[in-house]
Amino acid sequence: MHMIELVQIEKHFSGQVVVHPLSLTIKEGEFLTLLGPSGCGKTTILRMIAGFEQPTDGDIFLDGQKVTNLSPNRRDLNLVFQHYALFPHMTVEENIAFGLKMKKTPPSQQKERVEEALKMTQLTQLTKRYPHELSGGQQQRVAIARAIANKPKVLLLDEPLGALDLQLRKSLQTELKQLQRSLGITFIYVTHDQEEAMMLSDRIVIMNNGQVEQIGTPREIYETPRTLFAATFIGENNIFSSDGRLFAVRPENIRVVREINKASRKGTVQDIVYLGNVHKLIVQLDDEPMNVTAALDFADDRTWQIGEKVGVSWNPLHEVMVGS
Amino acid sequence: MKSKNHPLLGLHSLLMMIFIYLPIVFIVIYSFNDSRINAKWSGFTWKWYSSLFTDRHVMEALMNSLTIAVVSTVVSTILGTVAALSMRTTGSKMRAGMNGLLYLPIIIPDIIMGLSLLVLFTQIHIPLGKITVMIAHITFSLSYVYVIVTARLTGMGKQLEEAAQDLGASSWQTFRYVTLPQITPGIIAGALIAFTLSLDDFMVSFFVTGPSSTTLPIYIYGQVKRGISPEINALCTILIAVSVILILLAQMFLNKGQGQKKTTLPL
Ligand SMILES: Nc1ncnc2c1ncn2[C@@H]1O[C@H](COP(=O)(O)OP(=O)(O)O)[C@@H](O)[C@H]1O
Ligand SMILES: [Mg+2]
Repeated sequence: MHMIELVQIEKHFSGQVVVHPLSLTIKEGEFLTLLGPSGCGKTTILRMIAGFEQPTDGDIFLDGQKVTNLSPNRRDLNLVFQHYALFPHMTVEENIAFGLKMKKTPPSQQKERVEEALKMTQLTQLTKRYPHELSGGQQQRVAIARAIANKPKVLLLDEPLGALDLQLRKSLQTELKQLQRSLGITFIYVTHDQEEAMMLSDRIVIMNNGQVEQIGTPREIYETPRTLFAATFIGENNIFSSDGRLFAVRPENIRVVREINKASRKGTVQDIVYLGNVHKLIVQLDDEPMNVTAALDFADDRTWQIGEKVGVSWNPLHEVMVGS
Repeated sequence: MKSKNHPLLGLHSLLMMIFIYLPIVFIVIYSFNDSRINAKWSGFTWKWYSSLFTDRHVMEALMNSLTIAVVSTVVSTILGTVAALSMRTTGSKMRAGMNGLLYLPIIIPDIIMGLSLLVLFTQIHIPLGKITVMIAHITFSLSYVYVIVTARLTGMGKQLEEAAQDLGASSWQTFRYVTLPQITPGIIAGALIAFTLSLDDFMVSFFVTGPSSTTLPIYIYGQVKRGISPEINALCTILIAVSVILILLAQMFLNKGQGQKKTTLPL
């Protein structure tokens, strides 16, 4: 069952292409993330789905119904804004009840839904506060509660954790994932943080310069990146070229050996990075102007010296073509 | 935070304050002076104030001033707010032009404004009186309301309204429950300033007033020509007090609202 279907949508701003033609179907209950660097068009795509921007071309379907020309207030989905956009003159409770009030939901049902949303976002203690009396994390919860109180078919989230510090972001990520599971609502999530995308998503759309680089599950994207951009944007990667082809090998698939003759390439250890569960060796190759990063697991107790001559090799099965 | 300024700077500000406020202080003090002769202090009295309220001419001027102020405030507040709201949806070139035109009455000298309005009214044969004074006051107050409400709208941004729409609010509901509450402090501040400007205006009113529409400032001017009396001091003191209170109130409303950029009066 397709909840959202984008058919060749594209967006131009004053003649400039911001989103190249994009087709995408999103399943009911799916957690889909749009991932890409700042300025690549993520917000623009969300705003087209929400109805704040009209696609220059193409169509948008929500639950089988064409919504391309429907105004934002008539689309059964909600957007959590990047800077929350809470109503400053309303309390937490009034903010959350706003959508229900606008749709003239019966008061008893309003109360029920607001309480449910408050409970799910752990805001029950703060109902009478105004937004300016809340911390960033609490404001974020209100923004989410205000959206889910409407029981939308789809929730759009635009870098919802972008303004929060790392610690808080980590704990809210877990909460968000749990919330999505228990609600069963389709989430379209926007972020520029690849780790966040990997952790939360069922599928990731990697974007660059208004174009889709790759669509796939976190695993597919990590293990078989299709493009150079995808290979280097998600996790660490080593890019080699031979015979005019580019291929990537993940650091954990690189083997470092002292027997130089047995390896396919030779180099010098340039740095040793200790990260607790992994050791990383940075090796400067002799014949190519590049560094290779190799991850050694914690069971590896060989000691390495900076400046030491080593050989690096890998199993050809671990080579992933990323272009030519 | 304490800054170490040169001591002469402090003296300079003090002299400035004296320079600005000394004349006003004199008026206030002599409005309580028991003696009719200004230069000599002979004890405290309220009598000039009470005699004001029994003076038929003063009361008539007061009524004229209040009627004109109320009408011009209501009309200019509505027009200025509507102008500010509608200007948001016009194209940027058009808006720049309209902005310039709406700012103009703040910049052009009162004497030009009064004169041009007088020329206009005589050209189209509108008899001078309360109506012409009201129209003149609306003309300059409108610009102030427009500027203040526009600042408020700009500070608010578009996101709150988009959030309302996203949550299912129609255009009217968005205006009623989000836009209007957000700009209300600006509208009230604009109205208070319009009221103050109308109450205090002499120059523009002087050109377009008729025999039956003497306002307080014009009445004061007429009296002063015959010498300064303690009643006039009392009347001026009241006008000063009312104006100061209204402007302070306006400033308070401008600073109201959470997370909004502070705006100051364009006075
Ligand atoms: N209303 C607009 N008018 C003109 N250009 C815009 C507008 N909105 C976004 N853009 C441009 O579109 C590009 C993509 O923006 P955006 O979708 O916000 O990127 P992201 O959310 O990925 O950071 C940017 O280069 C931005 O400058
Ligand atoms: Mg963005």
